[in-house]
Amino acid sequence: MAQPKYADVNVGDEPIKLETAPISRTTLALYAGASGDHNPMHIDIDYAKAAGQSDVFAHGMLSMAYLGRGVTSWVPQSAIRSFSTKFTKITRVGEKIVVTGKVAEKMEAEGEKRVKLELTAANEKGEVKLAGEAVVALA
Amino acid sequence: MRTTQGIGPAGNNLEGSEMIDKKHIGRTTAPQTVDVEKGRLKFFAKAIGETDPVYSDEAAAKAAGYPSLPAPPTFTFCLEMETNSLWDNIAAMGVPVGKILHGSQSFKYYAPICAGDKITFVTKVSDIFDKKGGAMEFIIEDTTATNQDGVLVADIQRTIVVIN
Repeated sequence: MAQPKYADVNVGDEPIKLETAPISRTTLALYAGASGDHNPMHIDIDYAKAAGQSDVFAHGMLSMAYLGRGVTSWVPQSAIRSFSTKFTKITRVGEKIVVTGKVAEKMEAEGEKRVKLELTAANEKGEVKLAGEAVVALA
Repeated sequence: MRTTQGIGPAGNNLEGSEMIDKKHIGRTTAPQTVDVEKGRLKFFAKAIGETDPVYSDEAAAKAAGYPSLPAPPTFTFCLEMETNSLWDNIAAMGVPVGKILHGSQSFKYYAPICAGDKITFVTKVSDIFDKKGGAMEFIIEDTTATNQDGVLVADIQRTIVVIN
């Protein structure tokens, strides 16, 4: 993978773009098993209805994993210094997640050149589901 | 009385009654150690649609400088979930599982986590507060992740929102 160079990166660049397949019940079942998050709200429609929801909904951490895929599609994982997100809206079965990452800031910290990325996970209509950021070190 | 009833992953029926007691601030788990398993990492990569061979092919991982398959950025949270601290904490606080949402999540990374590592987690309830006259309560939990060599590999923070 050709790694981005600090000098070549500008504030406002959008180096990260990733679109997932629609989230299916299979996606949620696999994620529940692989992640170890067995909360029935994500996999058992009977439970979700009993709790007042119309259907199961996606794990927020599944979409955060998609944000992470976006970041590691641009830099090696070892370059990530911090990674955070707020979960702003529930993601429903059938929605696609579009991940975008924009360079918000260039800085030097702890003897490294670093870039702060603004990350969003939205559905196809642009409704933001996750609003996050990551700080990565670049050479 | 709350009417929503939650059935936790352990099958326990929980019915909440009142605001969370602030006495739970400072509640800290005993250290718990979790194995980072190669097969689980491959399964996780599949589940999140990660096709970069670094996350599923050991030769590619080694070529990229890792001793074995690296845990993807958010897998640290999954490892911590193995300690059951989230479920234990909300059960102790009397919060039904069906009423919680994940509000935010953050990680600071200091060293990689790879297959074969043993990671020890300690989770502390740092704060509990409410908004909108108690309609929403917030639980802040801070976790340290330390590997088998005693190296702090990550600091993790999550916010759990309770919808009353």
